[in-house]
Amino acid sequence: MADVRLKNVRKSFGAVDVINGVDIEVEDGEFVVFVGPSGCGKSTLLRMIAGLEDITSGTLSIGGTVVNEMPPKERGVGMVFQTYAIFPHMTVRENMGFGLTIARAGKEEKDRRVNEAARILQMEHLLDRRPSQLSGGQRQRVAIGRAIVRKPSVFLFDEPLSNLDAALRMDMRMEIGKLHQQLEATMIYVTHDQVEAMTLADKIVVLRDGEVMQVGTPMELYHNPANLFVAGFIGAPSMNFLSVDVSEVADGVALVSNPSLDPVRIGSVKQPVAVGHKATLGIRPQYLHPTDPDKGMLHGTVALTERLGAETIVDVAMKDGTKIIAALSEDRMLDPGTEIGLTFDTEQAHLFAEHP
Amino acid sequence: MASKLTRSTGAGWAFALPGFGLIALFIIVPFFFAFGLSLTNQRLISPNPTEYVGFENYRDLLSLSVITLEPERDDSGAVIRDEDGEIEYPRVRTITRSDDFPQYRGMREWFRWQSAETARVVIASDVVFMKALVNTLMFVLVVAPVQGGLALILALLINQKLRGINIYRAIYFMPVVVSIVVVSLLWRFIYDGNDGLLNNLLSAITFGGWQPVDWLGNPDTALGSIMAMSIWQAVGFHMVIWLSGLQTISPTLYEAAEIEGASKWQTFRYVTWPGLRNTAVLVLIVITMQAFALFAQIDVMTNGGPLDSTQTVVFQAVERGYGKQDISGGSTISVILFLLVLTISLIQRWLTREK
Repeated sequence: MADVRLKNVRKSFGAVDVINGVDIEVEDGEFVVFVGPSGCGKSTLLRMIAGLEDITSGTLSIGGTVVNEMPPKERGVGMVFQTYAIFPHMTVRENMGFGLTIARAGKEEKDRRVNEAARILQMEHLLDRRPSQLSGGQRQRVAIGRAIVRKPSVFLFDEPLSNLDAALRMDMRMEIGKLHQQLEATMIYVTHDQVEAMTLADKIVVLRDGEVMQVGTPMELYHNPANLFVAGFIGAPSMNFLSVDVSEVADGVALVSNPSLDPVRIGSVKQPVAVGHKATLGIRPQYLHPTDPDKGMLHGTVALTERLGAETIVDVAMKDGTKIIAALSEDRMLDPGTEIGLTFDTEQAHLFAEHP
Repeated sequence: MASKLTRSTGAGWAFALPGFGLIALFIIVPFFFAFGLSLTNQRLISPNPTEYVGFENYRDLLSLSVITLEPERDDSGAVIRDEDGEIEYPRVRTITRSDDFPQYRGMREWFRWQSAETARVVIASDVVFMKALVNTLMFVLVVAPVQGGLALILALLINQKLRGINIYRAIYFMPVVVSIVVVSLLWRFIYDGNDGLLNNLLSAITFGGWQPVDWLGNPDTALGSIMAMSIWQAVGFHMVIWLSGLQTISPTLYEAAEIEGASKWQTFRYVTWPGLRNTAVLVLIVITMQAFALFAQIDVMTNGGPLDSTQTVVFQAVERGYGKQDISGGSTISVILFLLVLTISLIQRWLTREK
């Protein structure tokens, strides 16, 4: 078991900077998820920790040792790839025991450890099959098994569920969560799927263009996003952003309004805003509630209703031409064209100085 | 989308006809012709009518026997020896030309060995063909593994992301593009016994200590020289095939092996080589077939000599069929070669099958 520390880590390919000075601390036994849109550098960062990519500058230490120049095998990491990367010509048993074969471990020890890993992953009956006889989920399980067998101090997962279909993804997600509880190992997990990030992580690192946007527990990120990017990235459907005018700021509470928004006082001011300037008000669709057209703080007409059974997504066209989405936690039909008012809890709204 | 054109079989056949016709005319028909002609006494140009002769051509080519020769003895029963102390034996022709042994008629000595005082002589009805067969097999046995192995090493070297690697790719592939006849002519100069490049080079390296060798004129070196040149000429082609095989192996497999701590050799053994299985089968079979078809180099460089040391099966087939105008004999050799290559390819496929 070990902690992982990145200090001012940078990576450039020629003149292109991919990672611009990242500081991340992963505690021993923690499950940390790197999340961000494609091209944000999350996979590169993981591969740098694994030792598959050089570190241009900064220090990376695992378990207190600086490992910048160490080859992957000396870092004590196990890695699971998106494309499984299991060897097609070997049986499941041989695949899982590969690391031990390489290290010339005895047959008995190899058998014992492979069987133990197979038991943990509930795949003892698959041990003598070949990868071509396995489903996608089973293959990924083999890849995880191969990582477990070597007992690495840090597990690295590079979008392990992206190649699986939706139903299987949920099962495997839960299994990985269980695995973390069972092994109590340090795990770093890369994904672009915020649901995976929210459900699995002890700590989420949101990345964008090679920079850390925010680090925190899933609920911190959800309830207290530090900036517009994190606010928009975490949560589905995405947070609504309204461009508003600031007319008063006092004691960290701002009075904001726009043509379709009645003046409201917002306490959750994320970035300093100034009177007379434009700011952005963020409201999650889940916190908007429909009401009569003449009530509520927001006014518009229903453009589209999507009924999902337990939830209804309503697209509302505002008077100033912008759109806003409300997610109602009930099945409800709102006819397009109907005038509607929306209320929200101002405690759950966030004010940013940035503009989307 | 099924357009009228793709649904119409008539149009399809019309398009296929020129190609199909040429293949039939120059490959399929001659193939069956060879079988037919090998059972006759057909000559290229002959006033006599063609006769069916059964398997006589095959007997004339393949008949082999071992005869035992007792040493010559003087009146006292002692073995007679020549000036060098070698035992003297009766001449083989006393048997092959004797009316007592009609079954050995026309056969000649191929090689012999001695056990105690008696000598055993292998006689063949066609010694040149036997030599050609042995030379061809030798050629295949040496060229197939060496050329395949060298090509793989080159492919592994080329398959790196280095600046300017394409230049090496081009250099190794260049001899493949040049006609084998041109290459053979050039190498005849290189191998020249008096002023050849190879002798000059070796002489320069050894500061004049090298005794020039007539590479193609010496029965001990002629076949080896042709092997070396043939390996050099086609190695680039097989390098490209290996390269295509190497590039089908997913890079993540290498990364996974690296994470698991595999050394370079272990990576090759557990990732690269198993991933090249199908390519290996292809390369092996292609080289084997090409090696069996050895002809142009011989025709240009040695004409089968010296002392039949570079005779090959295909060279013999052409020599007989057109040189001696014995079409049935040439056809027989072709059929034998076909069966030989077929057998070996089947054995190779069986040995390299998916277990």
